Amino acid sequence: MGARLSAALLAGRVAADLSRRLGRGGGTVIAGHVVPRIDPTALTTVTRRLSFGTVLVSGTNGKTTTARLISHVMRGAGLRPMHNRAGANLVSGLVTAVVQQTDLRGWPQADVGLFEVDEATLPAALAEVRPRAILLTNIFRDQLDRYGEVHFVASVWERALADLPADAALILNSDDPLVARLGKGRSQTVYFGVGDARVGTAEVPHASDARLCGSCGAAYEYEVAFYGHLGHYSCPSCGLSRPRAQVEAIDVKLLGDRGTELRARTPSGELVVHLSLPGLYNTYNVLAATAACLALGIDLMTIKAGIESFTAAFGRLERIKVGGRELFLALVKNPVGFNEVLRTLVEPGRSRTLLILINDHFADGTDISWLWDVDFERLAATAETAVCSGTRAEDMAVRLKYALVPTDRIVVEPDPGRALEAALARAGPEETVYVLPTYTAMLEVRELLRRNGRVGGFWQD
Amino acid sequence: MADSSLQLTLVHLYPDLMNVYGDRGNIIALQRRCAWRGIELCVQPVSLGDRLNSEECDLVFFGGGQDREQAVISPDFVTHKGAAVRDAVEAGAVVLAVCGGYQLLGHTYTTFDGQELAGVGVFDARSVPGSRRSIGNIVVQSDLGGRPLTLVGFENHSGRTYLGPRCRPLGRVLSGGGNNGEDGTEGAVYRDAYGCYMHGSLLPKNPWFADHLIDRAFRRRYGPDLTLQPLDDTLEERAHAAVVQRAQRLGSVRSGAW
Repeated sequence: MGARLSAALLAGRVAADLSRRLGRGGGTVIAGHVVPRIDPTALTTVTRRLSFGTVLVSGTNGKTTTARLISHVMRGAGLRPMHNRAGANLVSGLVTAVVQQTDLRGWPQADVGLFEVDEATLPAALAEVRPRAILLTNIFRDQLDRYGEVHFVASVWERALADLPADAALILNSDDPLVARLGKGRSQTVYFGVGDARVGTAEVPHASDARLCGSCGAAYEYEVAFYGHLGHYSCPSCGLSRPRAQVEAIDVKLLGDRGTELRARTPSGELVVHLSLPGLYNTYNVLAATAACLALGIDLMTIKAGIESFTAAFGRLERIKVGGRELFLALVKNPVGFNEVLRTLVEPGRSRTLLILINDHFADGTDISWLWDVDFERLAATAETAVCSGTRAEDMAVRLKYALVPTDRIVVEPDPGRALEAALARAGPEETVYVLPTYTAMLEVRELLRRNGRVGGFWQD
Repeated sequence: MADSSLQLTLVHLYPDLMNVYGDRGNIIALQRRCAWRGIELCVQPVSLGDRLNSEECDLVFFGGGQDREQAVISPDFVTHKGAAVRDAVEAGAVVLAVCGGYQLLGHTYTTFDGQELAGVGVFDARSVPGSRRSIGNIVVQSDLGGRPLTLVGFENHSGRTYLGPRCRPLGRVLSGGGNNGEDGTEGAVYRDAYGCYMHGSLLPKNPWFADHLIDRAFRRRYGPDLTLQPLDDTLEERAHAAVVQRAQRLGSVRSGAW
């Protein structure tokens, strides 16, 4: 068995190395396809040898940022995480992470596994990895063309978790009814959530995906809604309601792109932190990471230090200097996330030049109708130039027109390179250009910037 | 024409429950295209437990939802709104139903797990579960405008809809699956009720169809001799053409259709 594992790991390394040398990107998943052909149990065998066990992180929004936060805190605690960092979150991506951090005898050069897992991949990951903890962030409507309906994802998870050993910790978002329900009847469940009603609204916004009780089908009532269907809900019919969150934000001050002031209650005491990350969605990411790290036995001081020094995850949110101007890059992939980006970053009067890149490749989701659930109306008064790019540049332009952005301010340029030039040319000196791409468009933008020497290849970071 | 007293009323059925695929875009498109012509479109949400007054509505919109939501809606829709919707259609009101809404305007819709939901029977149509989902861009040719015009959208459904003799298809599929992936039809038309699987959203990218709906409702309310002002649809037509061209380029178009 040992020889087979060694052969598999060697083949995986060679394949990744070749792929990188041939310029086929970072070889981020090629090893993941080669290894299982030689040793299908490689992932199971190696992860079982991790002394601190394995943590799986899944959910629609925030899993990459949350996993990176946890990884950062783990390093601060002296642990060496085995982490699929480049967002390669199918089983092949997990195997690739194993190849990168395991010696040829099959012993991991890490103490703890930390795997970000695609929602639909969770059952497959659970079949191969026995986790110490599973963190589930939320379920939103995202790429319905791939996964079907939100209730479908919830039921897939429910079935996958049914066989979970009782000693595995389940870390769940108390404010997402689809996710919180999964903790019913399990003793090892930790909930995280937002308790500060001042950052919510009394009304559930229209871009909400789960109106109906997962148990009985009646419409939920909300005391307060935070974003999408996250909030303090209860079912008037069967009584199902938001469970009490053990890790709970009790005071949240959102300071736009200057970040967030957060005070949270935890079983280990109060956590007071300044986050360099804006937006309530990042508050959730921080609460999720805190709950996971506490479950692993990391102390609160180490967690606080890690959170404060954390810088935004790759491409999710970053600033890049180009000439005298700053590019602000934020990934957009579904209505809830896009609305949060618009709400917290695109401030009235400041965001004058925007570049929105919408692709409809498989990894982006081939259905772009969700653009109609994004509140672009808030750009109508302030956007001076909106460059629309990507394979669905024209659809984006129509959406902006119907959001009442004047048509003489809308530029349609499907080619991302020319679109970037157009946006930079129209921005004033010292002005920030807001670049909002879907996933594959973000890879294209980064490749353009890399060729111009602005950023490194994403697999290096 | 810019008389501010011009008003049309649109009933939006179950906007809180049936809104999966950017259906809001259809409402926004109707609202703007009315406003740009000085017509105010009042949108009236009608959901669980609400009554629908067939005499007040000029237009009705019914969007797509998930099986679960459809199961909750079906009894309410049939019991409290079915007769009013049928009356409104017979009286000439304009109805647009997409995906789940389209299915519930037929006689029955059988969900993926075998539950048979009752519809209100505006369309002589039945929907049954299919073995695989039709997902992707769709191009349809329709002769509603008096000449062959294309409609473009995105479809994502496992239900297959079969039409009976008392309604006709909205168009012929040039590229994509359509009603059932077998007979080359997409959507249904009965009087001024239109049903289809196309979202994406449908109306912003098909301005001629949006105007067809507004025109029918407007002339019914204010007089058959009136006409709508034309609008500058450069951006909309570009988005429309991009989908058509891509379908042609991919060669997924039925032979002889172009």
